Amino acid sequence: MSNPTHLQYTKEHEWLTAAVDGVSTIGITAHAADALGDIVYVQLPEVGDAVTAGETCGELESTKSVSDLFSPVTGEVVEVNQAVLDDNALVNSSPFEDGWLFKVRVEATDELLDAEAYTAFIGG
Amino acid sequence: MSLRLTALDALHRSLGATMTDFAGWDMPLRYGSEREEHLAVRTKAGLFDLSHMGEITVSGPQAGEMLDHALVGFISALGVLRARYTMICREDGGILDDLIVYRTAEDEYMVVANASNAQVVLDALTERAEGFDAVVRDDRDAYALIAVQGPEANGILASLTDADLPGLKYYALLPATVADKQVWLARTGYTGEDGFEVFCAPADAEHLWQALTAAGADRGLVPCGLSCRDTLRLEAGMPLYGHELSTDLTPFDAGLGRVVRFDKTTNEGAFVGRKALEQAAAEAESAPPRKLVGLVSEGKRVPRAEYAVVDADGNPIGRITSGAPSPTLGKPIAIAYVDAVHAEPGTAVAVDVRGKAEPVQVVALPFYKRAR
Repeated sequence: MSNPTHLQYTKEHEWLTAAVDGVSTIGITAHAADALGDIVYVQLPEVGDAVTAGETCGELESTKSVSDLFSPVTGEVVEVNQAVLDDNALVNSSPFEDGWLFKVRVEATDELLDAEAYTAFIGG
Repeated sequence: MSLRLTALDALHRSLGATMTDFAGWDMPLRYGSEREEHLAVRTKAGLFDLSHMGEITVSGPQAGEMLDHALVGFISALGVLRARYTMICREDGGILDDLIVYRTAEDEYMVVANASNAQVVLDALTERAEGFDAVVRDDRDAYALIAVQGPEANGILASLTDADLPGLKYYALLPATVADKQVWLARTGYTGEDGFEVFCAPADAEHLWQALTAAGADRGLVPCGLSCRDTLRLEAGMPLYGHELSTDLTPFDAGLGRVVRFDKTTNEGAFVGRKALEQAAAEAESAPPRKLVGLVSEGKRVPRAEYAVVDADGNPIGRITSGAPSPTLGKPIAIAYVDAVHAEPGTAVAVDVRGKAEPVQVVALPFYKRAR
């Protein structure tokens, strides 16, 4: 599975889009979704919440484990993916597209990786 | 220490399995979606590599008496080509492992131990064999073990063997030829479904796996990893050593006192742990401290092993031993030890899920029982 080159990545296995009108879309990578296995519970921040780069802002639970969701950016949450809350399996089946998690009006970002660097980081 | 590989290792990798370290073995955790693997076993069939399980052969004129002494079950009373679920305990009654014993001949038995305990069981049996005319042999490397589980398992096996499958009852075994290979074919499993366990030479494992895969192709057979094996046994209410069973617990603590056979007639009724187990039996009868129960949640968050079970005021009343999202029930389930006063089915309690009390209901085990 390849990591799309138009996205940026974190070492916590999140991806985000380049900001459009100041807003980035955030999700977890296919590598992360695959490592978790079938996701059975998704807890996301709420619209209006302030999130901070590098800090936890939600939770992903799979058959075998629970993982914190880290925000790759600082800013205000402007939208969450209701489709994922209704059908957690979207994160497994389409992690880079339909399985996006939330959108943030970005104020600041942490250090991010490009697709090549992230692919190297996960040993691909 | 490097992980041990089963005879099917290359095959698992070619199938794209996600592997995991299980008791020192590199085992398939899942091949694709563990949920789909689970549902395949419930509705069609699943194929498992269980070669990490520890086979120990006990043979000799006094093999049965020796096992009656070493284990809590009445093993010598087992018919030839029959199997039994039993346990090996310490002198203080603590459970060393749970086992399946297959009587393979008049004077020969195959003891199958959990991978994590195989050495402990081997050592204990070797020590306990002293004074008996019986030989304990480490057969861990002599066998690979492949399981076919699910409602289609019978049809799949039937297409590969002339063995008398209708005559092969639950918890029985046969020497059989499957796909031209000599195997021990047992009607046992750990999934709550009908199915078979095939003990074969490691050199034959790949051939058998491929033959079973081909025979199962149009019957919905899929390769299955240990992840779904765990949720399958959990739904079926079957204990897992290290979770529901440990050296700190007796079979009576675990609600499995029925495996302890005080009525054995061999060795004048004496066996390792008898005295402590008689006391444990009396306690379980009069004043059980905690009971093993099922919990079902209406929420989505999963109660997991080691989470505390709490009452309405948040006071701890028990602890989870296993928990998972149940693919069959579509909700989280767990097994827990809870204080006896809260153990009645229907009791509303809660689980402390990372700081938040999630309401759950006590239910009788198992969560799932197949229609026969």
